[in-house]
Amino acid sequence: MSAELAIRLRGVVKRYGPITAVNGLDLDVPVGTCVGLLGPNGAGKSTTMRMLTGQSIADEGEVEVLGFRLPEESKQARAQCGVAPQLDNLDVTLTVEQNLLVFAHLYRIDRADRRAAIERALEMAKLVDRRDSRVDKLSGGMRRRLLIARALVHRPRLVLLDEPTVGLDPQVRQELWALIDALRSEGATILMSTHYIEEAQRLADTVLIMSHGSAVATGPPTRLVTEHAGRDVVEVYGPPARLAEVEAEAGAAGLRTRRTGTSVSILGVDGANGYPVEGEPRPANLEDVFVLLTGEEIE
Amino acid sequence: MTTAAAPSPARRLGRLERSALTGVLVREIVNFSSYWRSSTFSSTVEPTIYLLAFGFGFGSLVSTIGGYDYVEFVGTGTVATAVLFSSAFPAMFGTFVKYKFQRTYDAILAAPVDTEELVTAEALWIATRASVYGCVPLLVAIVFGLDPAWGMLTVPLIAWISGFGWACFGIMVAGFARSFENFNYVVSAVLTPLFLVAGTFFPLDQLPEWAQVLAHLNPLYHCVQLVRHAAFGWEGWSDLASVGALVAFGLVMWRIAIHAMTRKLID
Repeated sequence: MSAELAIRLRGVVKRYGPITAVNGLDLDVPVGTCVGLLGPNGAGKSTTMRMLTGQSIADEGEVEVLGFRLPEESKQARAQCGVAPQLDNLDVTLTVEQNLLVFAHLYRIDRADRRAAIERALEMAKLVDRRDSRVDKLSGGMRRRLLIARALVHRPRLVLLDEPTVGLDPQVRQELWALIDALRSEGATILMSTHYIEEAQRLADTVLIMSHGSAVATGPPTRLVTEHAGRDVVEVYGPPARLAEVEAEAGAAGLRTRRTGTSVSILGVDGANGYPVEGEPRPANLEDVFVLLTGEEIE
Repeated sequence: MTTAAAPSPARRLGRLERSALTGVLVREIVNFSSYWRSSTFSSTVEPTIYLLAFGFGFGSLVSTIGGYDYVEFVGTGTVATAVLFSSAFPAMFGTFVKYKFQRTYDAILAAPVDTEELVTAEALWIATRASVYGCVPLLVAIVFGLDPAWGMLTVPLIAWISGFGWACFGIMVAGFARSFENFNYVVSAVLTPLFLVAGTFFPLDQLPEWAQVLAHLNPLYHCVQLVRHAAFGWEGWSDLASVGALVAFGLVMWRIAIHAMTRKLID
């Protein structure tokens, strides 16, 4: 492998009976970067994550994690990865600290370093004063922070976060973003799957947009947006008949549009060459890119 | 948050590593600290009730069997019952819950632990518990008049070997089961008959020839025989054959359990 790639996938295919969950996926995660896998539910993100820990075996293609070939050397790779799954699988009858202790053992931290590793994880998750609480007494946000801290207890070289904020309140989500951002600034390599546009846009250096098991676009979020959706968008609201008119006019002027429920977004209305239309201007975002490229709504 | 504590990439990780087994065992031991009361209660009270009910209820009708006091006969026999209850059942239900509802195995297999190590460590743990719980009926029987014997010191070992096999049996059943309801078939069609025709409550020499031959395929029967001989006197080759049968049962179940769980956990 090239020394600077933490994850390298080439032509990976995974089928479940008649369903092809991952269909010829290529993915590069350079060391020290945060890559976001963005896609709607069912795009193949979780299957991809499971293949990186050898819990799913690819039918075709090459999977390399931290220089180890999978599935043969998956155990070596797993020793240096930290995984926070989408579905909480903490031991709920144990305390916060006991959960971390168990994983300090599972990740083979030497006895001499165990105490310090657990303290560090507690601090990172801001759960120092809840160390003796049973997990089933914690709030949803605390549980998720513990789930992530558990994945970091052995200082992994690569962190896999599967939908780290799914199902959480916006406020709690921001706390977790702060945690992930702190991790990022320490130079960790992160692969994160998400179906939240904002999450990918804020945290990821590179975003890979997934649809039906393969990559439809990849690059830094801002570049993807300017390349595919332009810089500015005008959002036009109105009754359905008016929206249909706007779509037709924009189409005639050579501009692309997309429906967003109660409005039409007219894309690529950049600068002075813009299409003169009454509406609310806004910057283009990854969601526009996603809808343009796949024809699907993301949430 | 980079490198450091992680093992060096050059080290090749093998099969059945001690550190992986330890990791899974630590998880079980820490968890046990939160539920040991209920588990100890059910694993010891149940066989004790059998012992008392049969020993005194039935024992008032038949005072001796094969030269033993009936209480002594049942007291030694129910060791196998205690082992079965504290190994096969927790293995079946526990494995299924940890796989399906708590998703514990997903978390463990994301760590440097393979399915083979996971299954092995779980079976080792359950066997160890069963070897302790298995001694309870014997202690109760001693209270009710069974004479202690040096041979009884081997009972924890007999219970351990037997418990390992039944733990693997339970894990295997959970590995093949699609839902909790599937366990009913196993309990009714496999465990109950084996439990009744093991020589625990009545000697098998009254049964028809074919049933006696079949009984030799019942691992519980071998456990009952060994415990009884540990208490009343060894019988040489026949006991060695029983040990062999239990070891073989354990090894076969162990491999099938690993196979079943690998199919279930890795797709």
